[in-house]
Amino acid sequence: MAQANAMLAFTIQRVFQSIVVLLVVGLVAFSMFRFVGDPIDNMLGQERTDADIERLRGELGLDQPFVIQYAKFLGKAVQGDFGVSYRQGRPVSSILKERAPATLELAAVSGFLAIFFGVVLGVFTAIRRDGVAANIVLATSLIGVSLPTFLIGILLIYLFAVELGWLPSFGRGDTVKIGGWTTGFLTWSGLQALILPSITLGLYQMTLIMRLVRSEMLEVLRADYIRFARARGLKEKTVNFRHALKNTLVPVITVTGLQLGAIIAFAIITETVFQWPGVGLLFINAIQFVDIPVMAAYLMLISVMFVGINLIVDILYFNIDPRLRVDRSSAEG
Amino acid sequence: MNRNSEATLSVRDLIVDIPTRHSVLRPVDRVSFDIAPGEILGVVGESGAGKSMTGNAVIGLLTRPAHIASGEIWLNGDRIDHLQGEPMRRLRGKQIGMVFQDPLTSLNPLLTIGDQLRETILEHLDVSKDEAHQRAIDGLKEVGIPAAEERIDAYPHQFSGGMRQRVVIALALCAEPSFIIADEPTTALDVSVQAQIIALLRRLCRERQTAVMLITHDMGVIAEATDRVAVMYAGRLAELGPTKDVLTDPKHPYSIGLMGSTPLASAGKERLTQIEGAMPRLDSLPDGCAFHPRCEHARERCRQNPEPRLEAYQNRAACWFVEDLYL
Repeated sequence: MAQANAMLAFTIQRVFQSIVVLLVVGLVAFSMFRFVGDPIDNMLGQERTDADIERLRGELGLDQPFVIQYAKFLGKAVQGDFGVSYRQGRPVSSILKERAPATLELAAVSGFLAIFFGVVLGVFTAIRRDGVAANIVLATSLIGVSLPTFLIGILLIYLFAVELGWLPSFGRGDTVKIGGWTTGFLTWSGLQALILPSITLGLYQMTLIMRLVRSEMLEVLRADYIRFARARGLKEKTVNFRHALKNTLVPVITVTGLQLGAIIAFAIITETVFQWPGVGLLFINAIQFVDIPVMAAYLMLISVMFVGINLIVDILYFNIDPRLRVDRSSAEG
Repeated sequence: MNRNSEATLSVRDLIVDIPTRHSVLRPVDRVSFDIAPGEILGVVGESGAGKSMTGNAVIGLLTRPAHIASGEIWLNGDRIDHLQGEPMRRLRGKQIGMVFQDPLTSLNPLLTIGDQLRETILEHLDVSKDEAHQRAIDGLKEVGIPAAEERIDAYPHQFSGGMRQRVVIALALCAEPSFIIADEPTTALDVSVQAQIIALLRRLCRERQTAVMLITHDMGVIAEATDRVAVMYAGRLAELGPTKDVLTDPKHPYSIGLMGSTPLASAGKERLTQIEGAMPRLDSLPDGCAFHPRCEHARERCRQNPEPRLEAYQNRAACWFVEDLYL
């Protein structure tokens, strides 16, 4: 019972922190509107009178104090209303709704690749520390860390799309619409189109996770409780996975969580290289046309994801490490 | 070789080598001893004297590049020094238990103590899960954990240091090994708790007739718990004999110095003495007897010839001049 309560208190506390973060990001997004000049100037032509300006300002609510304008912006944002795109003349929310599935599917696949191969290779290179294969993997991983994402993307396109012609070089392939969600998972060309961009996007994160898992694992394998587990005659498999890997995961999850956020944010570059019709590409185009409502909405969307992932990471942390649970409840009671 | 078939553990001429880039270090050099069922052998010496290295060699947990270069280790009549991998793993926990120095770090913080007990029992004994659980509870009761039924689901950090060391002992004993290596089991504990842990270890081993190798540098623990004591210096056995004899009437000059510098053993004397100098590093051992540069009785023979070997059941101190030291 005490544990469930501690968990609840912890979650509520983190949710409040998350809300504060989102309010601040909202403020930044909102101030963008004011930095790029007076929107009235853009909306009314050369032939305008002072009366026109005053009237429009009143209609748009721009004569109200800053705080009230900000509150209205937030109120609408919470309901998913980010205004109308300057460039496309359509509500930003419906544009985002079209674009989001592409980015989320790409991020999900590369996130999965990064975590799965990162952890597996990290454990492998740590256990077989002196093995030839482990050292080859380790040396190769330097490429993933040091080459910039766009270069990896271009190299992959050159090799697999141009030279070998196995995979498409751009776009999402055919998609299937299910409800409001367009998915590329259900068609052959959709899956093929996913391969290169998701490798490009996930490679850096994969090598990072791999190197982190490896160094943490090496650290943990030196711990007394691992020696003691060996001295108790436990199987090598049990020692490595039940004892060592679980202790490795505590710090790894934190970094991995942040990296997943980064995958969504860095999707901008990959989406540009592969002309992937997601929110990242949308954002790049919005910047070129100073399409503030789209930029503001993108900013809010990314921050909601970051905050959400962090919240999940904190809760996972709490579930893995019993020391957090008890120390907290005993400190509070 | 004069191996004693009665003994639980017989070690003969054990040599552990560590090859380095420049030379081969020898942290354990021709060490021989026996431990009988129910007997507690204390192993004393300074840091780096080879105490823990000897223990790790016996349980097969030497960290590379350290390895057994020669010698024999017999456990319950079976030779185990050449065992590797699976056969050695099955021996650990089941035949040889080990208690480490620091109870705060020897338990996995993310698993309950019940998890750790049950996994060890299930690994070595052919019992059902329920039975393993019951045995785990019994094991905790035996080492004096109060309310064992509830505490079994607690995590290590919810126990005090002394209680954790009791859990560690329960873990080392839960598959009922015939031999236990306790590597400084009380060094990290409060003085008030030390005596309890030593008494517990002693009682359990007497009851089960478990042979114990108790590694320590605490003369109080030696006096309290052990039947015989082995004094190690620079990887070699300097003296081995019944605890009472070695404490009150040490023969080897190093043991004499050691006892003279210990408050407990030299009770009644006016001042504690000290041994001049320090133990040589493994990469710069002197020729002849390893102790001769610090020995006030050293003669030409000591500088030129290695000290006599300490043979099991033959001599007590590895010194050329044991008989005439007091002349």
